[in-house]
Amino acid sequence: MDEFLTVKQLSEKLSSGETTSEEIVTASLKRIQEQNGALNAFLSVADDALDQARASDKRRADGEDLGPLAGIPVALKDNMLVQGWGNTSASQILDGHTSAYDGAMAERLKAAGAVLIGRTNMDEFAMGSSTESSHFGETKNPWDLTKIPGGSSGGSAVAVSAGLVPVALGSDTGGSIRQPASLCGVTGLKPTYGRVSRYGIMALASSLDQIGPFTRTVEDAALVMQAIEGRDERDATSIELPDTTIPELLEKDLNGVKLGLPKEYFAEGLDPEIKRCVMDAVAILESAGAEVLEVSLPHAEYGLAAYYIIQPAEASSNLGRFDGLRYGYHSSGDGLQETYERTRGEGFGAEVKRRIMIGSYVLSAGYVDAFYHKALKVRRLIKQDFDEALKTVDAIVTPTSPSVAWGLHEKFNDPIAMYLADIYTVTANLATVPGLSIPCGFVKDLPVGLQIMGRPFDEHMLYRIGHQYQTRTDWHTRMPQV
Amino acid sequence: MKLTEEQVRHIAKLARLHIEEEELSQYQEQLSSILNYVAKLQELDTEGVEELQHAADISNVFRADEIQGCEENVRVRAIENFSNREGDLLKVQAVFENRTE
Repeated sequence: MDEFLTVKQLSEKLSSGETTSEEIVTASLKRIQEQNGALNAFLSVADDALDQARASDKRRADGEDLGPLAGIPVALKDNMLVQGWGNTSASQILDGHTSAYDGAMAERLKAAGAVLIGRTNMDEFAMGSSTESSHFGETKNPWDLTKIPGGSSGGSAVAVSAGLVPVALGSDTGGSIRQPASLCGVTGLKPTYGRVSRYGIMALASSLDQIGPFTRTVEDAALVMQAIEGRDERDATSIELPDTTIPELLEKDLNGVKLGLPKEYFAEGLDPEIKRCVMDAVAILESAGAEVLEVSLPHAEYGLAAYYIIQPAEASSNLGRFDGLRYGYHSSGDGLQETYERTRGEGFGAEVKRRIMIGSYVLSAGYVDAFYHKALKVRRLIKQDFDEALKTVDAIVTPTSPSVAWGLHEKFNDPIAMYLADIYTVTANLATVPGLSIPCGFVKDLPVGLQIMGRPFDEHMLYRIGHQYQTRTDWHTRMPQV
Repeated sequence: MKLTEEQVRHIAKLARLHIEEEELSQYQEQLSSILNYVAKLQELDTEGVEELQHAADISNVFRADEIQGCEENVRVRAIENFSNREGDLLKVQAVFENRTE
């Protein structure tokens, strides 16, 4: 079995009887076993993966009408609950925890007939841009094992990039799907806030978090989205979608499509070779019929600062639940207060503690106006910039990351250097617009990503642009030698 | 701007985090550098700008306030996660008295 087949190709082979889910899942498990020692992409694989595959094959043999994900192995980031799995968000504080119930993603994937094959490594509680803050060791980039894979969904990005699975889910609070997709050379989508249910995901920042897929192609991303998107009454911010079918738009060229290049994203700080890759990609989109205009997102430069107030503020509140009593790690102290302090002091890693403290500070009496409320006002200005730009263009095109993958440990003890890696991605979360990252070239043999952001709930436009790009280029078909 | 060691201790207390004495100066440096970076927002005039808490274009999503049970295997798994229990009850240290039983 070719380990780099797409969901669409595998699904066709399953339909035609050319292969079985058991065969696909066996090949995937074998590849994980061979490669995971070097990559550390998976934290564990499901004991019942082959049982799930055989059950899928039986349903198919019984003549059931199965969707495109049926029998396909899917990996989930370790912050998504699957009943009976030892989900930890890669934190020691959840060591020993067993998920009591299925989150929305587990439910939807099971309903789609997918095989839930295992949980992937991540930055602890999704706080990081390199997958180095995991309590269970760093994940490595399959293009160069001395480099980071990006983060925080690094395990999911690597699982797809290295051909361990055709699809993995991640979560994106400030770039945690798009940036590792960019650094590992795969397709990654952060949907519009509200498109995918957050029920049963361990929250980082509830007004920013969104779940999305890592795949080899845009077409596959659209297929996966069909299975996971839509209203869920247990997430009050999820939206009833009028139309979730993949339109024939996917097949249309880009005549009449207007693309905006925000001048602020191409200014200082961008690696000139990455800029060249992005501009080459823009030229290809132009040749496909798109019209390219310059746009301005004047408050974009304040995005990162606003983000690193709002996100830790929400995180400090969300992570309050880890008290050492209801689940996971427990360290007894003299009295309840000391038990909390010891459990949390020992159970959380350094970056998580930094963010909880920043969050507590910006919400504390005397500072909440200057920091938190100020950041919410700036968030409004950033959203207005996007609204304004997206009146004149259908999508905004930028680099996903200001650099290619950097060396392991290079930025690990320098929080600001790490945060700057998110500079092009956080604005989409603040403005709650969708963002897609697709491979668009290589710099020093490491993958470069193109980011396409669109109007809220207009993922179809992103699919159309991304798919047209992938029918004209072969960057997304390049595979690392691992 | 640089946080004092006393401020770091206070923040850690607010966040219910035990910090070792020898870690204080590192947190002092790192937290100060982050706060100095995000203070960049102060250069922007946001007079009259309305805050944006979230951009989901919805408000007041109501549901009936009804108690719903859960499946037995969910209940059992939730209880098994407790760090300390008596039967099916979560056992915790006294909340209003600073003592352990």
